[in-house]
Amino acid sequence: MNAPAQIPAPLGLLAELTHRCPLGCPYCSNPLALDPRVDELDAATWARVFDEAAALGVLQVHLSGGEPAARRDLADIVKAARAAGLYSNLITSAVGLAPQALAALAEAGLDHVQISIQDSEPTSADRIAGYQGASARKRALAAEVVRLGLPLTVNMVVHRANIGRVRAMVELALALGASRVEIAHVQYYGWALKNRAALMPSRDEVAAAVREVEALRETHRGRIVIDAVVPDYYARFPKPCVGGWGRRSLNVTPAGRVLPCHAAEVIPGLEFWSVREHSLADIWRASPAFAAFRGTDWMQQPCRSCERREQDFGGCRCQAFLIAGDARAADPVCHLSPQHGLVEQLAAQRDDLPYSYRHS
Amino acid sequence: MSDVADSARPRLPRGVRLTHNEAQGGWLLLAPERVFKADAISAEILKRCTGEATFAQIVDDLVKSFNAPRERIHADVAKLLAGLVEKKLLELA
Repeated sequence: MNAPAQIPAPLGLLAELTHRCPLGCPYCSNPLALDPRVDELDAATWARVFDEAAALGVLQVHLSGGEPAARRDLADIVKAARAAGLYSNLITSAVGLAPQALAALAEAGLDHVQISIQDSEPTSADRIAGYQGASARKRALAAEVVRLGLPLTVNMVVHRANIGRVRAMVELALALGASRVEIAHVQYYGWALKNRAALMPSRDEVAAAVREVEALRETHRGRIVIDAVVPDYYARFPKPCVGGWGRRSLNVTPAGRVLPCHAAEVIPGLEFWSVREHSLADIWRASPAFAAFRGTDWMQQPCRSCERREQDFGGCRCQAFLIAGDARAADPVCHLSPQHGLVEQLAAQRDDLPYSYRHS
Repeated sequence: MSDVADSARPRLPRGVRLTHNEAQGGWLLLAPERVFKADAISAEILKRCTGEATFAQIVDDLVKSFNAPRERIHADVAKLLAGLVEKKLLELA
């Protein structure tokens, strides 16, 4: 294992302020077992966590959830992020955050707002979100973000029900005044995994969407930044999940457990430490969960001798566990994985089942 | 290649911040979901992009500070700024 001196400084902190959310998106990456409201960290504890994060080298904090606006003390939390010197990014569904409440957040020092939009087609968007009228509220909040002069990112999660409308989604983001749009293919964890058969697009649909994004980047160069999260079930190589385990980012759950990635609790046997008992620096350097897959010593073949081992870090540990049954195995989306055939079988299981909506 | 007017006043847009962080080893440009390392020279240029000085004034100032040929600095800075504008990290007011 690495000596402490070689442990890099993290760049980003995902602060899951609450798991409460008014929407029911079937692709939600929150765990199936959600942290209850009574267990949520208070604003003073978040302020301490932000100070410790900044001292550790963290530059950006992503205020997420659930729906972070479900917290009545959100403005205090934003203020604490700013006071710690962190760049704050609010990741919101826009439902439960009134446009007039946004000014207080901007005043508190918020740097950037990301709004999720479920589809360019309002009826379909509301159906996916499981919330009538969500689409209109999102557009209203986006207008307020732009009016206040804050930069806006629109996050579009792509799956079988909307994958044919990537162009319209990017055009909607432009019309709303976004400077950045994420075309994020569903990643299959949490509720999304439960709904995989209903969400999974075909290989041809994915290939067409990827080509479309390339063309749109050219068309809109200089007007909007288009970032794409790749659909890894159809990839040749795995994604370098969270930029490498315990290497660039950490995730704090509503109740204060610190995870190397938001899905890490699915892996059995990992010991997570909480900010209630430990400083963030101790957790980053010494907690067993962070040490478990840091670096390359834990790897098996084919990862151990792979020339990409420092590039994709063996892919996603959660996916290795969820599909191959072993968190130390190569991420089976990699074509070099002996279990890659399983991924192909799973991707082929596509069924127009009703969504199992996320619920608290 | 570089289409920055001499009279343009470059500035960082809201949501983009230049910061210095010891643990990360120097100057960084923070933007929505992105972090860019800024080398010492880029940081010197970006510190001057306040929306007050014009591009021509920034170049003059850098020529003085670094004692380098104006033509060369003009071209290098224009190239940097144009690249940042394309990435939405800079505005030309």
